[in-house]
Amino acid sequence: MSVGLEHYLVLSAVLFSIGLYGVLAKRNAVVILMCIEIMLNAVNIALVAFSRYVVPMLLTGQIFAIFVIVVAAAEAAVGIAIIIAIYRNRQSVDVDKFDLMKW
Amino acid sequence: MPHQVPWLIFLLPFLSLIIISFVLRPFFNNRPKLGGYVTIGAIGISFIFSLWVLLEVFATPGHKLDIPDIQWLVIGDLTVQVGLLVDSLTAVMLVVVTLVSLMVQIYSQGYMHGDPGYHRYFAFMSLFTACMLGLVMADNLVFMFLFWEGVGLGSYLLIGFWFHRPSAANAAKKAFIVTRFGDFGFLVAILLLFYNTGTFNIEELHGLAVAGALAGTILTWAAIGIFAGAVGKSAQFPLHVWLPDAMEGPTPVSALIHAATMVAAGVFLVARMFPLFEHSHAALTTVAVIGGFTAIFAASMGLVMTDIKRVLAYSTISQLGYMMLGLGVGGVAVGIFHLFNHAFFKALLFLGAGSVNHSTGTFDMREMGGLRKAMPWTYITFLIASLSLAGIWPLAGFWSKDEVLVYSFANNPILFYLAMITVFMTAFYMFRAIFMTFGGEYRGGAASGHGEHGGGKLHESPMVMVVPMVILAVLSVASGWVNVTGSFSQFLGHGGHVEAHGFIDGFLGILTHPLPLISLLVAGLGIFLAYAMYSAKWISAEAVGRVFKPLHTLFYMKYWFDELYERVIVVRVLVDGIFAALSVFDSRVVDGAVNGVARGTNEASGVMRRAQTGQLQAYGIAIAIGVIAIAVCFYLFS
Repeated sequence: MSVGLEHYLVLSAVLFSIGLYGVLAKRNAVVILMCIEIMLNAVNIALVAFSRYVVPMLLTGQIFAIFVIVVAAAEAAVGIAIIIAIYRNRQSVDVDKFDLMKW
Repeated sequence: MPHQVPWLIFLLPFLSLIIISFVLRPFFNNRPKLGGYVTIGAIGISFIFSLWVLLEVFATPGHKLDIPDIQWLVIGDLTVQVGLLVDSLTAVMLVVVTLVSLMVQIYSQGYMHGDPGYHRYFAFMSLFTACMLGLVMADNLVFMFLFWEGVGLGSYLLIGFWFHRPSAANAAKKAFIVTRFGDFGFLVAILLLFYNTGTFNIEELHGLAVAGALAGTILTWAAIGIFAGAVGKSAQFPLHVWLPDAMEGPTPVSALIHAATMVAAGVFLVARMFPLFEHSHAALTTVAVIGGFTAIFAASMGLVMTDIKRVLAYSTISQLGYMMLGLGVGGVAVGIFHLFNHAFFKALLFLGAGSVNHSTGTFDMREMGGLRKAMPWTYITFLIASLSLAGIWPLAGFWSKDEVLVYSFANNPILFYLAMITVFMTAFYMFRAIFMTFGGEYRGGAASGHGEHGGGKLHESPMVMVVPMVILAVLSVASGWVNVTGSFSQFLGHGGHVEAHGFIDGFLGILTHPLPLISLLVAGLGIFLAYAMYSAKWISAEAVGRVFKPLHTLFYMKYWFDELYERVIVVRVLVDGIFAALSVFDSRVVDGAVNGVARGTNEASGVMRRAQTGQLQAYGIAIAIGVIAIAVCFYLFS
């Protein structure tokens, strides 16, 4: 069985769905941050796969994936900083308790 | 003649208004004289241009100038052109308005001297004159209505000039609101005409009426609507109640607006739209009957008034009735000829009353008397104007009054007798005023606080006031002579009845006809009765008053029209009826709708805000479901 574009895309979709589920369903803010990373990596797989199979002579998608990795690193740093700030303030990382925007 | 000249005639006073309000009043408030000079300069030039236009119109065959239109509004298929209609009627009105206005402005410099509102006064006077000139030159009804309301505004502002006096403020409101009833009719008539003909242009409407395309019930109702506007503006019965109260304004204002020009605008309007009236017998009869009735009705109230300005005010209403009667029975030339003469002598009478007030500080004739020695110029000019108004040969009033009588005699005997009794009343109340004011001994002295000037030593008014009065006195004598040979009527396009005779023949020959002699006799009787009662005192005025007590009370209480309007129409119909209903509508329906919307929003938001849990993940789920739903829709429907 040769591995084609479809396989990569299915992998990417599965990873993305797992990540999305985690973001929406998990209570722990650190886990949510990790799930966001999973979603970003799912996107990276899709980008690289498209780059390799659709326009093999161009590296646009692969360069783009590197950009995403850079942004993800920065985002993780900011996200963890926010979580630490919240934890210091409320002694908890449970997102269900962060409902100050409620009416 | 360059066609900018007619435009300039009414733009110049408008320019004067702008200069006074935006330059003089803010920056030169310490030099009030300038405002008067600017106004007099602007109106003086307008007067010269008006004379030029009159000569030009006179020389043109057909007596009509052709002036290119300016496009004003385009709404869909409707194009509203702004143009000027300059024919013989316009030219005569232009000269009358600018001349009387010029005289009144010169006089005002003396009369308003030292008033803190001097600039404001001249600004309003300029506004009024500009609108009045625009009104007489307008060639379409929309444009005319604009200026029609403009003169109403000028009148309102000037009646309420001393707005710190509650009576003046109320009189201004009354004048504005009462004339509004008439203006409503005028507006409806304009819309009715437009709906049926598709044009606002006055000449086109004339053409349609003459050709018979505009006829029947529509024409009659349109003409009556126009006449309703004229009834309001010209203070005809039953909308006459505002004019006597309008005397709260400064006296020169009364002379210009409430005697010579604005109140004559109603007469002018009927004359301007005359072809419409001519083709509707019912409308023309209405004009004649209302005019004839108003003439005698107002004169009867003038008989008993003790305030000199109110006597003149009722006299004005009565004479305006005469003009309407003239229009109704004789046509444009008859009515406008009386308007032309009346403008000069009635303006003069008001200026005379103002001069008397300047000296005595009151308008109450019971506190005057003996002024002929102290104020010889005022006395002589006032006497000339009164004789002219009473219709004594050969003064101006005689000629036009005679024409009205001749035509009403030929047309409708009842109206003729009403007019004849009015001649008697007019002579009586004018000479009653003269004997009470200028005859006998001075009875006043104590400052009554009613007038516009403080009391003091009796003195003749300054030259700046006397000179305009003398000029108007000359016109009051001579203005009627323009129609001795019938040339004025011919100029105004009056067909037929133009007797070809020389000036001298006409001048003396009129005394060989019976009708003028009878009217002279009747007027003489009125003067004699006034002499007997108020100068020689053969008959005691009090005794007469006692004998005719009910009649005296009826006249003195002005037939209770003010009370009728206030208690029945204002209080019962308007306040308790319409306004109360509107108030309920406002509080229930309008407020209810507004409050209902607010309450509905509030309750809906009470339900909706439950969705705002503050849980970011719940929002995230909503977003995710939304994106998926959009994707599915895209897949299914693309």
